[in-house]
Amino acid sequence: MSRSHEPVFWSLFGAGGMLAALVGPALVFITGIAVPLGLLPAELMSYERLLAFAGHWAGKFCAFGIVALFLWHAAHRIAITLHDLGIHARLATQVACYGFALVGSLVAGWALLAIGG
Amino acid sequence: MSERRPYRRSMHRWWLRDPYFVRYMAREMTSLLVAVYALVLLVGLVRLGQGEAAYMGWLQALRSPWSVAVHSVVLATFVYHTWSWFRIMPKTMPTLFLGGRRVPQQAITIAGLAAAACACLVLLALAWGAAS
Repeated sequence: MSRSHEPVFWSLFGAGGMLAALVGPALVFITGIAVPLGLLPAELMSYERLLAFAGHWAGKFCAFGIVALFLWHAAHRIAITLHDLGIHARLATQVACYGFALVGSLVAGWALLAIGG
Repeated sequence: MSERRPYRRSMHRWWLRDPYFVRYMAREMTSLLVAVYALVLLVGLVRLGQGEAAYMGWLQALRSPWSVAVHSVVLATFVYHTWSWFRIMPKTMPTLFLGGRRVPQQAITIAGLAAAACACLVLLALAWGAAS
């Protein structure tokens, strides 16, 4: 029996979907609505504060986990939906979608490492 | 020899044929906005690494009415994602037994939604606590 790479992508999809389902709404509300509109003080997302957050290993872990898993979740779903929409170039859509998630994850990891700690 | 031309139902706009398909497609489409939000955060991370001026520019961009409008749509999409995620969870996971009895699908959905509500409340409480 040949091995499939599907379980790897499915696990990342599941982990990202679970994370998005659990904390996504609150996260979007805080970073995209409450702080920009002043419902929460802008100081919460100040440069010093976020730099300290991203400088700590636990902060790096959270930030990387959220960005990377959200990307892998979306990539897998989009790849499958393209197939359902009648685009059957399976290899091309998979390379494009998973490549997008991979590049995004690498950039996130690089940015977090560059911040140091 | 006559050529057989069997009838084949068109797949054109198949996702509008049945409410189940519509819900399926709506669920799948949430992933586009999950990707958009991940990219917004990714840009923020990169700008943070580039220094204070770059980061403040990103923060300023988040304050634009366009950004707030987009994030409102993203928020609604994430709420729908949470709801649909736990609605299909009992169908995607192995059957759960508790005390020799099969756990009803609805109970799994409700437990998942309750966990999400708790996680979001904790996150909001942390944000409010850190701000004050």
